[in-house]
Amino acid sequence: MAEFAVILVSSILINNYVLVQFLGLCPFMGVSNKLESAIGMAAATTFVLTLTAMASYIVNAMVLEPLGLIYLRTIAFILVIAAVVQFTKMFIEKTSPLLYRVLGVFLPLITTNCAVLGVALQNTSKDLNFVQSSLYGFGAGAGFSLVLILFSAMRERLAAADVPESFKGAAIAMITAGLMSLAFMGFSGLV
Amino acid sequence: MIELIAQNPILAALVALVGLSILFGALLGFAAEKFKVVGDPIVEQIDELLPQTQCGQCGFPGCRPYAESIANGDVINKCPPGGQSTINAIANLLDVPAPELDAEHGEESEVKTVAYIREDECIGCTKCIQACPVDAILGAAKLMHTVIADECTGCDLCVEPCPVDCIDMLPVAETITDWKWSIPAKPGQMIATDRRGEVNPAVQNEDAA
Amino acid sequence: MSRTWVTPGGVHPPENKHQSVTLPIGQLPIPEKLVIPLSQHIGAPATPCVEIGQQVLKGQIIAQAVGMVSIPMHAPSSGTISAIEHRPIAHASGMLAPCIEITTDGADTWIEHQGISDYEHISPKKLLEIVGNAGISGMGGAGFPSAVKLNPGRQRPIDTLIVNATECEPYITADDSAIRERAGEIVEGIKILSAILDHPTNIMIGIEDNKPEAIAALAPHVEDSGISVVVFPTKYPSGGEKQLIYILTGKELPAGKLPADEGMVCINIGTTYAIKRAVTDGEPLISRVTTVTGDAVGTPRNYDTLIGTPVRHLLEHNQFDEQAGGRVVMGGPMMGFTLPSADVPIVKTTNCILAPSYAEIPDDEPAQPCIRCGMCAQACPVSLLPQQLFWYAQAEEHERLEAHNLFDCIECGACSYVCPSNIPLVQYYRAAKGDIRQAREEKVKSDHARDRFEFHKERIEQAEREKEAKRAARREATQQAKADHLAATANGSEVSSAAPTAPATPAGAVPSSSAADIIAAAQARAAAKQASPEDQRAKLERTIASAEQRLKMAEEKLTEAINDDSGKQDKLSAAVENTRQKLEQSKSKLAELAE
Repeated sequence: MAEFAVILVSSILINNYVLVQFLGLCPFMGVSNKLESAIGMAAATTFVLTLTAMASYIVNAMVLEPLGLIYLRTIAFILVIAAVVQFTKMFIEKTSPLLYRVLGVFLPLITTNCAVLGVALQNTSKDLNFVQSSLYGFGAGAGFSLVLILFSAMRERLAAADVPESFKGAAIAMITAGLMSLAFMGFSGLV
Repeated sequence: MIELIAQNPILAALVALVGLSILFGALLGFAAEKFKVVGDPIVEQIDELLPQTQCGQCGFPGCRPYAESIANGDVINKCPPGGQSTINAIANLLDVPAPELDAEHGEESEVKTVAYIREDECIGCTKCIQACPVDAILGAAKLMHTVIADECTGCDLCVEPCPVDCIDMLPVAETITDWKWSIPAKPGQMIATDRRGEVNPAVQNEDAA
Repeated sequence: MSRTWVTPGGVHPPENKHQSVTLPIGQLPIPEKLVIPLSQHIGAPATPCVEIGQQVLKGQIIAQAVGMVSIPMHAPSSGTISAIEHRPIAHASGMLAPCIEITTDGADTWIEHQGISDYEHISPKKLLEIVGNAGISGMGGAGFPSAVKLNPGRQRPIDTLIVNATECEPYITADDSAIRERAGEIVEGIKILSAILDHPTNIMIGIEDNKPEAIAALAPHVEDSGISVVVFPTKYPSGGEKQLIYILTGKELPAGKLPADEGMVCINIGTTYAIKRAVTDGEPLISRVTTVTGDAVGTPRNYDTLIGTPVRHLLEHNQFDEQAGGRVVMGGPMMGFTLPSADVPIVKTTNCILAPSYAEIPDDEPAQPCIRCGMCAQACPVSLLPQQLFWYAQAEEHERLEAHNLFDCIECGACSYVCPSNIPLVQYYRAAKGDIRQAREEKVKSDHARDRFEFHKERIEQAEREKEAKRAARREATQQAKADHLAATANGSEVSSAAPTAPATPAGAVPSSSAADIIAAAQARAAAKQASPEDQRAKLERTIASAEQRLKMAEEKLTEAINDDSGKQDKLSAAVENTRQKLEQSKSKLAELAE
């Protein structure tokens, strides 16, 4: 039980995939203009991450390792990720066309999100079992969601605030992200 | 069979990847059927934000066709009666940046106008009645035509068809009941480069006092 | 002593009330002209029921209420109606509004009026009628018609009556003076209210502790009456309806709800006095106590002012020094507004005319950027987030403003008062509220326009469909006629000799549907209809006769017009030409026929 807590805290806070490991920055910057779309993106990515962690573990354990095809890991995982993202895209298009419209190109771009592939590859390199892999995947998603939602809330306030002309838009967003990253680095050594 | 595959690595690789692809393909195909989408509710939501003057200044025959065009990726800054506030609202809905109003399609006017027919000159031809998209003109052939001011949206589609040019667009005066406060001037300035040639109000007041 | 609760936030500005309570309530000489605006209240403006030049007596009705939420207006003094037109009123926009002007005759003659002494045995409905006819609206500042407020309906039984004697705003002492001098009548007014509301169990007078004389004045009258005087610590803004209800009962009114929904009614103490005068003395609301104060007036004191008195009149009788102060404020320093000019009239909600000197209330300092200190949130009595509202109001984000409960803001000004950057916060909220209200109205209009457009489209399509149906029916009929015609020729019936190229179909042949056949059939019908030469000649002769007649009449009209020079010569000569041409045509046709 404690082990699960450690895994979650580790993947959500200490080794946060976005602010500490600097993976998955593309949707972090691209979809954080509005809180509603950020929440949608966070949910989609968490869904993809969890499913991918599970599916990639299964593919790795049942197909790649028995057949000695470890060198195909990257390709196989990308195949898995692409399929999961396609499924997610169809699901979102059906349930919330507005969210689908708002996420736009960033939804299929989850396929190329290095955080997703990163989670899958890190799980195999750490030699975890199925439950641990899934928890890491879910924790990565939760950490991503946390940071994305915080960041988008701040960006909304920045949009209404008195930012000097030369800093408006992406510039102040990057500075804010840097400051948030500094804050999250403070979690190291927690566990 | 498994041994055959296990001993032939290339074959194993092929079989593994092809097998996985077929498996995922099947799953996705099933999902595609289950999550089929019909229609486009986005158009409804965009249409709700447009001002419904049906004036055609955007180049489309009405507000709904323009909404459909936006849903298909058209730019959102073609509507002068809606003005910047409508552009901002649509930009907010679709989470895209809000551009300036495209002057090619018209200017946003500060004052609302309604049509007025100079009855002395009206010849009762019904051309304006046919042009009005919201049926705001009352009249019949060879009988007096008049604009119902409450229903008129100010789209001025009736002005052109009139053969005797007897329709004016009059501004609607602000009354005490629809007067509203205006927002105060922005407080202070942030840094020197923001001022760029403007006089700093704080300095100006000091000089005056 | 009843328990009191403490509202969140609030500020303690310097009270400055001592200046205006040294003297008793004064009387002013009757002004030369009284200007009574038709809209001094929430609801529909009253409509005039007098004419220019009419003599009116004091207390006579001059404008009638329109609809349920409205009040009538009465002449505050006797005189002549001298104008019914748009005049400047005390409104922030500086716009004009319809007013009735009375030129007073100085006699101040009352109209015949009579009160009821035994109000306990009159039905509440009758009492409400008296209150409504007396033109009484909330005198604490909002101006809501009292008869409507006191009639919440059977669905909402009232168990608490709160009388608002708080007067929390600095400088204003109108209610304080009124209580000191008229405590007995006020308590009787409360008893009348109690009768109207079917005797609520809980009757409280809420008053701040900075009015000890008023509390002492009330004490003997409320003994053994079931009315309790509840004193609570002074804080601005405790006098707001929702704030006072919370202080006295601990109940927080949900957003958008009225006190009546929670079984409570809150009435200002000045309104209570007016209701008493209306019921027991039959006097309509024609005067109110107004504080005239500020360093720029010679003698700050309270006056029993006639409604419609120009502010200039008040100031002139108080040695107003225009150079000493920059402005005249109607209301208090927190919620009042600067008057566009001193030529505006006092209305039923005017509790104070404040003429501060420059030292007392200096000019506004320029606003500086918000430093996000959060003092405004500490001061807000409604527990809102003024800082967030400010940023969103600047960015015009209506969604976020409504999410932060912008419409619950009571515009008390406590946040602007504490802001270290001198940002006029309340102006931002007022502007934002106006923008949101306007956007809502425009949405309603555009939805309506959309409905009309959809109907217009429907109508056009329906007409098209009907036309299409008719066209199809006609085609059918043509087909049928053609078939019949061919069947007829097959049977050998005669066709007129004038018919050209009739198709030579053998008897019994199946009629083809080629275009030529159809045209031939139509032509055959037309030829059959054509009259014989004799009939044609007769018809032409008749046409010629009538044309000649018309020509004669047209020529007569033309000569008349030329003689009168009425300007219609061109039209008439054209008509004459027309008729002449027609005549020529008919004559030539007749000649042709003769050949």
